[in-house]
Amino acid sequence: MNKAVEISTGELEEVLSVLKHQYGYDFTDYARASLTRRFQKFMTDANIRSGYDLKYQLVNNAATFQHFLQTVTVNVTELFRDPQYYKTLHEKVFPMLASYPIIKIWHAGCSTGEEVFSTCILLKEAGLLDRAKIYATDINPKNLEKAKAGILPLHVMKDYTTNYIQSGGTKEFADYYTARYNNAIIKKELRDHVVFSQHNLVTDNTFNEFQLICCRNVMIYFNRHLQHRVMQLFYDSLSPLGFIALGAKESLLHTDIRKKFETVNSAAKIFRRKE
Amino acid sequence: MDAKEFDIIMIGGSAGSVRVIADILASLPASFHIPIVIVIHRMKNVVSEMDRLLSAGANNRKVQEPEDKMLIRNGHIYLAPQNYHLLIEANRTFSLDYSEPVHYSRPSIDVSFESGAKVYRNKILAILLSGANQDGAYGLEQVIQYEGTAIVQSPASAEYSIMPNAAIQKNNSVRIQTPGEIVRYLATLI
Repeated sequence: MNKAVEISTGELEEVLSVLKHQYGYDFTDYARASLTRRFQKFMTDANIRSGYDLKYQLVNNAATFQHFLQTVTVNVTELFRDPQYYKTLHEKVFPMLASYPIIKIWHAGCSTGEEVFSTCILLKEAGLLDRAKIYATDINPKNLEKAKAGILPLHVMKDYTTNYIQSGGTKEFADYYTARYNNAIIKKELRDHVVFSQHNLVTDNTFNEFQLICCRNVMIYFNRHLQHRVMQLFYDSLSPLGFIALGAKESLLHTDIRKKFETVNSAAKIFRRKE
Repeated sequence: MDAKEFDIIMIGGSAGSVRVIADILASLPASFHIPIVIVIHRMKNVVSEMDRLLSAGANNRKVQEPEDKMLIRNGHIYLAPQNYHLLIEANRTFSLDYSEPVHYSRPSIDVSFESGAKVYRNKILAILLSGANQDGAYGLEQVIQYEGTAIVQSPASAEYSIMPNAAIQKNNSVRIQTPGEIVRYLATLI
């Protein structure tokens, strides 16, 4: 690793203020350790040498901001990450969802869509996809463009096939995508039930009522204050007895709202709104 | 070696390091108060028993994988969870990050060491063990830059010497010790 460009705490706060007031993106309640790394990654990639230069560029150059926005959020994701989670979703949650005439699901912070496609594949196998309406949202418009296209690099599909099998999948995984040159395109019939749209968990509000909300490894980038706000937003967006799925090492324990949820499966981090 | 007071000990290892880590943990008394954070390169997306395996030989002390925002507490041993980078915030809580692997590794030792160095400064002891890639060398450089203390397992004593050698080449002022010397040094910190 090359020596990273440094940005001081004071400079970081000044840049956050520019982002908030000039561009309407509020990152002030993002967890600092990770956010600082993202800033330094952007500065290294864009050849920006100091916090002062970063601020100058952002104030004066809207194109820099667009590029910055793509880098500052973490856009790494996998198909069927944590197979045990998907297994639990399939076995414990889907039978409950089956009782609804229309199943509404929100993937909050969907990045480039891999988790959404994983859910769609499992819904299809459970015979529920035709009744499902999936809202997939992200703060980053570039991510949404990619997700809508449903195109993944072919070389990662081997790992994903292993994940799928460990998730309890029994079908031929290759039937879910079309291989073309170096890409795999997720079958359109799987994506047809998904609406991708922009939504910022920091500033935007509830927009529908859902039976399942998936928000895995998104809130790890937030501080406790923002985590609490977003959990309240999710609570308000869930129907009574609706489910929420978090990442493997995320906890509700430090939020007051914990009392309003019961645990469905503690290892898979699936919880259920009590009433 | 001079007596220092540390608020945290971070241990990084890859191939050939688990046995050494187990020996270190077994040597520490149950009353050892400095929190220990272990970062090992691990498989992802498989069920892992690593925390339980390490707990078994650690004098009845539990090795736990921290959850996001968990407070770092004295007397506790933590293991970086699979498929996340483990970072430390200024208020001495853990935070997790799922960004790109560093040196093909997530968790990456560089990421955790750098993050720990910035928060704990001269109160961090970082130990880098056996391994077969370059991870950890940059992290130790950060530890030294922030006036922490850095130890590297002597390449001759390491099952895989690539990682110790990379760290030694990058950092002149690291202390080079065998596992036995590391154990004896930690005993002086009680």
